[in-house]
Amino acid sequence: MIRPARHFLWLFAALLVTTQPALAVLPDEMLANPVLEQRAREISKELRCLVCQNQSIDDSDADLARDLRVLVRERLVAGDSDQQTLDYIVDRYGDYVLLNPPLKPETYILWGSPFFLLIFAGVGVFAFYRRKKNDAVTNSPQALSDAERRRLDDLLRPSQD
Amino acid sequence: MRFWIAVIPLVLFVALAGAFLVNLGKDTSVVPSALIDKPVPDFSLPPLPGRDKGLARSDLANGQVSVLNIFASWCVPCRAEHPLIQRLAKESGVAVYGLNYKEKDPQDGVIWLNELGDPYTAVGMDISGRTGIDFGVYGVPETFIIDGNGRIRYKHVGPVSPDILQNVLLPKIQELQG
Repeated sequence: MIRPARHFLWLFAALLVTTQPALAVLPDEMLANPVLEQRAREISKELRCLVCQNQSIDDSDADLARDLRVLVRERLVAGDSDQQTLDYIVDRYGDYVLLNPPLKPETYILWGSPFFLLIFAGVGVFAFYRRKKNDAVTNSPQALSDAERRRLDDLLRPSQD
Repeated sequence: MRFWIAVIPLVLFVALAGAFLVNLGKDTSVVPSALIDKPVPDFSLPPLPGRDKGLARSDLANGQVSVLNIFASWCVPCRAEHPLIQRLAKESGVAVYGLNYKEKDPQDGVIWLNELGDPYTAVGMDISGRTGIDFGVYGVPETFIIDGNGRIRYKHVGPVSPDILQNVLLPKIQELQG
């Protein structure tokens, strides 16, 4: 017999597998040509919605995001390449609309900081272990002197009484 | 050596705290305009219903410094800044043009101007918002200062405050006229 709890679990799992995030792209915006539509979706994911700022225009319900989605599709239908379409928007809104910022002098710090941190941390770890090794050499235990050995033997010898 | 290593976290902390302090209170939602020092995009917009004159690029590149204010009747901050745009038109002495952005009904802009007063030399109606996109508009109101050669020289995003009017826009206009 299947217990109700397990029923519920299966239902929940099935829901998890089958649900999809709600789309901001409305059916009337979509292009009939599935290849172009797919390209438009990919480009839209690269573009920041300037009203909400941390969503792409593909995810955003903002009015401007919708206008930009329609514009992206218009450019593609007009025959622009993906790059030309992105450039068209960047010309108007600047690099900031790109969720993936380009590599150029103004963004060297942005792109360089992970590598800088990695090198910085690497040098730190290297120095730490080298010092530990040096410590191990200089502070390694030395053999007992004769006097120490005799004293230790005295202490360890079972008592005579 | 050991001393210097011990000091590193303190130095990092002071540097970070300094960076945060400098940026505290800075409005990070303001996006730098890509169009500064670029020529005004080519456009031609129809007039508001019942008026003769719309707005085109040639109005903004006629040898005189001009101002372009993007407004909409549905935009609450636009209502707040409107008296200041009127002051700007009066005190600067330059032509202030209006771009009526994305009205649901073309009459809305007319009703709005009839109610609040019309400081604009001419108003163009951008129902689709496409000219707004060409200007890199992402939130109304926005105010552009354009030099005599038709180049965008300054952009203010958000409502104009008395402080911005007095200390930023008017001096900038004067500087461009000088």
